[in-house]
Amino acid sequence: MTLSTCLLLATALFAVGVYGLLTRRQAVAVLLSIELMANAANICFIAFGHFRGGATGQTFALFSLAITVAEVAIGLALVILLYRSHGDTKIDLARELGR
Amino acid sequence: MTESIAFGIGSAIALLSAVYVVRTANLVHAALWLGLTLLATAGLYAMLGASFMAGIQVLLYIGGVITLMLFAVMITRRHEGLAVPADSKGRGRAAVAALALFGVVAAAIRATPELDAPRGLGGSPAEIAAAIPAPVTTSDIGRALLGQHVLAFEVVSVLLLAAVIGAVVIARRRDPEPAAERLVAPPSAASAPSEVTP
Repeated sequence: MTLSTCLLLATALFAVGVYGLLTRRQAVAVLLSIELMANAANICFIAFGHFRGGATGQTFALFSLAITVAEVAIGLALVILLYRSHGDTKIDLARELGR
Repeated sequence: MTESIAFGIGSAIALLSAVYVVRTANLVHAALWLGLTLLATAGLYAMLGASFMAGIQVLLYIGGVITLMLFAVMITRRHEGLAVPADSKGRGRAAVAALALFGVVAAAIRATPELDAPRGLGGSPAEIAAAIPAPVTTSDIGRALLGQHVLAFEVVSVLLLAAVIGAVVIARRRDPEPAAERLVAPPSAASAPSEVTP
């Protein structure tokens, strides 16, 4: 368990999230993929905090977690709005959400 | 040694369930697989000396975000079977893009030996293990939050407030026509008979 293995794991998780982001068509599934990617970024914060010392890594992981939760709140509100206006949550429908 | 075995098991669980998150057609199952990924990640946090973050991860992510996601799936479902034809045609291209991203970043990580042996250490495993600083306690995080990073802390709290208000505004049911009818309907309904009777 070294810093580079932690970073490799985070990169692999991020790449899986990118794959999901590119292939998924349901808005909720896209949000799940974004969660995967944010989680990978958090692993980097924690790993650097552990191997380099100091509380800054964990503090910024906490900030990043709060920002992710805010993003989920907005994202799910958009999904519900999309469902209400179009009757489906396919993300291709979101071209004219502002109507 | 046991530590690296546990790390390997945790990483394997996280990666496998992450693959299930992006490949399962059933959205409820995908959200639950994401919960397993986050749980394995919380275990890795605990192994990395971040027990506070591990607890926060379980409470906030698995307890809060996954529940929200499940609610969103349930609210927006149309059919009894939740399976959706999830994937588009560009599956191969997406896999190529993700693999290319992983390859580039992994090559960069492999090409940076300073990551594992900072400050000119010899690079033997014992030396690297000895160079790891003492784990950070929760009170250290509290001091950092309200001392050095207090501005970022306040900005994040304002951001959360704004996001929650924004979510309420976006998801609010806005249907002006029915509301107008409801406002107008009672007087017209009351006046209609009075016009008819004379």
